[in-house]
Amino acid sequence: MKLLNQNITDQYAHGTKHSLSLTTDAAYPQSMVQKTALALVAVGLLLLLAAAFGAANAQPAAWLATALVCIGAGGMVYAFKQYQHRQAGIKNNGVYQTSLTARGAAAWLLALVLTGFYVLLYWFPQLLGLGQNGAANTGLVHLFDPLSFLLKKQPASQWFVYGTLYTLAILVMGFKFMLKYRHNRYQLFRTASVMFFQLGFAFLLPEWLQRLHLPYNDFKNMWPLNYYFFFDWHLNELLQSGNIGRFMLFWGILMVVLVSPGLTWFFGKRWYCSWVCGCGGLAETAGDPFRQLSSKSLRAWQAERLLVYGVLVFALLMTALVLYTWFTGKAQVWFLNSYRLREWYGFLIGAAFSGVIGVGFYPLLGSRVWCRFGCPVAAILGIQQRFFSRFRITANGGQCISCGNCSAYCEMGIDVRWYAQRGQNIVRASCVGCGICAAVCPRGVLKLENAPLKNREALHIRQDGVWLPEENLF
Amino acid sequence: MHIAIIGNGIAGITAARYLRKLSSGCHISVISSETRHFYSRTALMYLYMGHLTYENLKPYEDRFWQKNRITLLHDHVNQIDFTQQCLHCSSGKVVYYDKLLLATGSKSNTLNCPGHNLQGVQGLYSLQDVQLMQQHTQGITHAVVAGGGLIGIEVAEMLRSKGIGVTFLVRENSYWNSILPPEESDMLNRHIRAHGVNLLLDTQIQAILPDEHGRVRAVMTTTGAEIACRFVAVTIGVQPNVDFLRQTGLEIDRGILVNQYLQTNLPNVFAAGDCAQLRQPLPGRKAIEQVWYTGRMQGITAALNLLNRETAYQPRIWFNSAKFFDLEYQTYGNVPPAPLPGQTQLYWQHPDGQKCLRLVYQTQTGALQGVNALGIRLRHDVAEKWLAQQTPAETVLTQFSTAIFDPEFTQPIEQALLNQYHLQNPGKQLRAVHKRSLWHTIFG
Ligand SMILES: Cc1cc2nc3c(=O)[nH]c(=O)nc-3n(C[C@H](O)[C@H](O)[C@H](O)COP(=O)(O)OP(=O)(O)OC[C@H]3O[C@@H](n4cnc5c(N)ncnc54)[C@H](O)[C@@H]3O)c2cc1C
Ligand code: SF4
Ligand code: SF4
Repeated sequence: MKLLNQNITDQYAHGTKHSLSLTTDAAYPQSMVQKTALALVAVGLLLLLAAAFGAANAQPAAWLATALVCIGAGGMVYAFKQYQHRQAGIKNNGVYQTSLTARGAAAWLLALVLTGFYVLLYWFPQLLGLGQNGAANTGLVHLFDPLSFLLKKQPASQWFVYGTLYTLAILVMGFKFMLKYRHNRYQLFRTASVMFFQLGFAFLLPEWLQRLHLPYNDFKNMWPLNYYFFFDWHLNELLQSGNIGRFMLFWGILMVVLVSPGLTWFFGKRWYCSWVCGCGGLAETAGDPFRQLSSKSLRAWQAERLLVYGVLVFALLMTALVLYTWFTGKAQVWFLNSYRLREWYGFLIGAAFSGVIGVGFYPLLGSRVWCRFGCPVAAILGIQQRFFSRFRITANGGQCISCGNCSAYCEMGIDVRWYAQRGQNIVRASCVGCGICAAVCPRGVLKLENAPLKNREALHIRQDGVWLPEENLF
Repeated sequence: MHIAIIGNGIAGITAARYLRKLSSGCHISVISSETRHFYSRTALMYLYMGHLTYENLKPYEDRFWQKNRITLLHDHVNQIDFTQQCLHCSSGKVVYYDKLLLATGSKSNTLNCPGHNLQGVQGLYSLQDVQLMQQHTQGITHAVVAGGGLIGIEVAEMLRSKGIGVTFLVRENSYWNSILPPEESDMLNRHIRAHGVNLLLDTQIQAILPDEHGRVRAVMTTTGAEIACRFVAVTIGVQPNVDFLRQTGLEIDRGILVNQYLQTNLPNVFAAGDCAQLRQPLPGRKAIEQVWYTGRMQGITAALNLLNRETAYQPRIWFNSAKFFDLEYQTYGNVPPAPLPGQTQLYWQHPDGQKCLRLVYQTQTGALQGVNALGIRLRHDVAEKWLAQQTPAETVLTQFSTAIFDPEFTQPIEQALLNQYHLQNPGKQLRAVHKRSLWHTIFG
């Protein structure tokens, strides 16, 4: 007789012991080379930390080069060694048994460090060494001056520091991601794409524009994600920069009204969210180890809709008022002040939500908190994807075994299994088309597709494979 | 009306859900002793390997059941009184029913060699088994898996994920070759070994040897080798979990005998899922099919019949899928391990040895009869349509791209398949058909 164990499920819920190592894939213990590579990354990070306290002031160029090479090369060697001798396939062993990826102590620690860094970045840049009132930079920001001069002949700012580290993270972790999913060409192409757009369009091109004394512009960034697009200072800057400035204005508007709706019609929001966007790029690469932490509960879905459309309304309202002020010169409309409103938006959404919570909480809430709950572009693309797009995830007849891998590894918290097990295609506003649900499915049940609208949301008839006269009931 | 269901697996739970969909009036109780809530047995391996948590294994949130007025009783039925129509539970509770569905699933087969009940020897079927396995494999370096079926290979993968050395004993002379043709089976032999498993073919357990604490120390094989190990997984199949129903009026063979309406010989008693055995198996199919989707289909059929909506169990065309370490497997229709008379087979294998596809068709008419795929995902509805309509193999080959379900940008295999066909049939020249017009592809 089977033993009656009332507590067994509780034991699973609470009794898991976490391993503190980086991965608990016991089948492939860390080699000497890997440990050395990891030590190299640590050295690089320590060099940055030391520089923050002024240690690098004498030799910033050499110091910075050493630190970045340590982090970049160390990270890449570590990743390469991790997958070198392994068969290509899904690599989720131990994900829920490792402290870092299962909300253990290591995750909390990392979250603390990340949020701390963001708080300094947004509100206390002087502590990072940003020179105040024209004074020279010191500390960490000073460390990045040589690179900044090299690229744009200007001293660094805290945002330059951030942009460099952000790009480095996407490149190194993107490399790791590509090794991890090397059997899946969709993942390879997609990751190459986000790495390219981050390095070229978000990092190098804008810096180069500044070198030419042209306005800073990230051509792939889209209003209302770059919510300042219609701010007066930005419009003035563009309009005062001749043809190229006017082109930037034109392109920014064209993206919103034509390019994006067109591409979203053909491919779904994934063309942006998991192929181009920088926030998405970080989430898909550096955030990949944390994708399983997004909540799949119905409540989280309710909160998601409330928040993300709330932010969208906020963004639209703020932009409308800002434009009103720009055209009329009046700041006050009824009880709203356009300057106040944009300050609040910048503080609440631009800094606190997208930065501090969005990235700082990766190890606790998953990698797409901002994209799911806060991003106004995701909200717009999502509405379009839900109603006017050829994209869907097709469910493969009756093959689903309800194992739950798809739902667990959906970074957007979509309960993919709920659809798959009833043979229904998945058409959800929030899906960013990362394709991981399809990749981790052990039974080949899911496929991301662009196809004619007919039957887009169909519950596959004979979903259960049984021929029933009543089946049209459901 | 009170409908009681014993067993909260896929069969019992699907029946409960459909009963509620079809009738808002009936009372539904599900009595089950393994876990309080329905979970996916198929995902037990991912729990052990740390891909998923127990919460992830539950397809429905806990509040789903109350919301749908399905009463869950976490209890064990010791005995059924079919004349009084009541269940005697181990908590002392007595549950009366108007109608009863037996969905008690399977249990693992056991060995009867010396040492078969030593500590560290077990099968894998329940959540408790996984828990036991976690305890018994803690800190060990070597294990033996005995039995070359689908669960055996899963256990081997589970153990390898913890860095434990595995010796995999398979009775046959190639992995799962009672089901798979030699090429597929051989590809799997290589794949299993590539994952660091010591695969021993033509080998069985002779005896299991204890240490001084009554725990397994080693395994003696039929080839005379002694393999030191601290854990032995016995994965030699499952059988219907019906022991507590024997010696009652219920007719049982290997499983509970049911007709095509899933009725047993007793009034108001039905059976579905792994525990049910069809008196008249459908043509080309087995009397007991222990797979997830047949459990689901029988659950639906049982629900309809419990509500007197007579519906015969009609599972249509056989399909199945599995994953062997990193290799996905799908099969549709009937692919025998060796060609039958009057059949022709087309077998194509990717040069890298990680993908293959087999079509079985009637030599005379060309009608498609079965498809096997390793490392290639196929579209269920297309494969089913081809098989149901007996589509000629040549048509299938020219339209094969419509059946591919691999992720976007995967390198196409259609031309390679055609080339293989041309090689086998000199003089033929087939050309792939792309049915969609460009306009349709973009705007349709
Ligand atoms: C490790 C593993 C992997 C598998 N993988 C796959 C796969 O990939 N694909 C596939 O198609 N199939 C797979 N299967 C088979 C599939 O899981 C079964 O066919 C299916 O779960 C059977 O469902 P069921 O509802 O008939 O029975 P079960 O799921 O066994 O449910 C029966 C329940 O009834 C309870 N019960 C029994 N007797 C009593 C009693 N007297 N009182 C109270 N409760 C009782 C049992 O405890 C059990 O919880 C796998 C099976 C295992 C073990
Ligand atoms: S549903 Fe799939 S493709 Fe969409 S976001 Fe989730 S995991 Fe990615
Ligand atoms: S779709 Fe695939 S991953 Fe998701 S539950 Fe079904 S079988 Fe598992």
